[in-house]
Amino acid sequence: MAEKQTSIVAIVTTKQENIKGGAPTFTVENKETLQKTSTSIAKILGATAHEINPDTIIIVRR
Amino acid sequence: MDKYLLAVIIGIVFGCLSRFVLLRTDFRQYPTYPQGRIIHLSFGFIAAFIGAVAIPAVLKSDWTAVTFLGLAATQFREVRKMERDTLEKIDEQELVKRGSPFIEGMAQAFESRNYLVMFTALVTTLFSVFTPWLGILGGGVMLVIVKFKRSGKLLADVADITEGEIRFEGPNLYIGDIHIKNVGLEDSRKVIKERAAGAIINPKNENSIVTLSYLGQRQAMLHHVANVLGAYIDSGEPDFIPLSKRDMEDGRIGLFLMPQEKDFNQIKKVLENVPILDSAIRLPSEADKGKRKNPQK
Repeated sequence: MAEKQTSIVAIVTTKQENIKGGAPTFTVENKETLQKTSTSIAKILGATAHEINPDTIIIVRR
Repeated sequence: MDKYLLAVIIGIVFGCLSRFVLLRTDFRQYPTYPQGRIIHLSFGFIAAFIGAVAIPAVLKSDWTAVTFLGLAATQFREVRKMERDTLEKIDEQELVKRGSPFIEGMAQAFESRNYLVMFTALVTTLFSVFTPWLGILGGGVMLVIVKFKRSGKLLADVADITEGEIRFEGPNLYIGDIHIKNVGLEDSRKVIKERAAGAIINPKNENSIVTLSYLGQRQAMLHHVANVLGAYIDSGEPDFIPLSKRDMEDGRIGLFLMPQEKDFNQIKKVLENVPILDSAIRLPSEADKGKRKNPQK
């Protein structure tokens, strides 16, 4: 269980104005699309999705 | 000469028998059947042979032979390396990893078992040189000792296991009151609510708190449960990977498990039988850290 480099690979948000650069950002319309988009990105990348706040989900690879 | 031959044969037979007693392929599917078993039985035979000829060599004052035996014995160090390499290769492809401390423990066990075989053969031959019947009796006693000495402590000896309730506070997953992780996807949360099982390991004393905090020991628990009860996971589904988290306040361990069968009695039984790894055993209570037992002194 050695700790490996953790990195944010994508950000999915409904409030674009709160995000400043870094990882690729996907802006979505509402909560429903937020979940849908995050699910597909997480499944495609084999990464984990974490909810930062109700408007933003980050996709993290460990 | 005949006397020695009989003694050596009795020694080898008991040595091989003890290797046989020590070798068991169980749910761990290791050693693999039949190749792995053949490797270990032949190693056992060689070890038994070395142990058996040692005493006659000394009795005949054949010092060259004794020296060579010593050399041969060091070769068994290789057994540990061999096991470690194989297990590490296998572990790379495992869905729930054993973890290197667990592998190290298994490799150590294989090496030490060969020495036990050697010792059994040696003791048996020592008695057989005088009276063959005494040798057989001694060999039998050694087999019993070997059989009972082989197993170490189990998790049930150092901790109590209770069921932990799975619950979500927003996206945060808790087992009882221990925070496990943040799950962002609603689909995953739903699956976790339906299928996950939680267990809380309560250490019994000061020593077991430190023992259980060891990541290798925790990984061994997760591996055991996944191995025996199956795991509802696949590669590329990191949301369901079993996790262990520690309550830093009192050292309790929360286990987040995704077994194929969600029956806490079975999970408890499996967890109770998890071996405590040699490398995890810590005894802080034995250390002098200036804590006074009797303040009046």
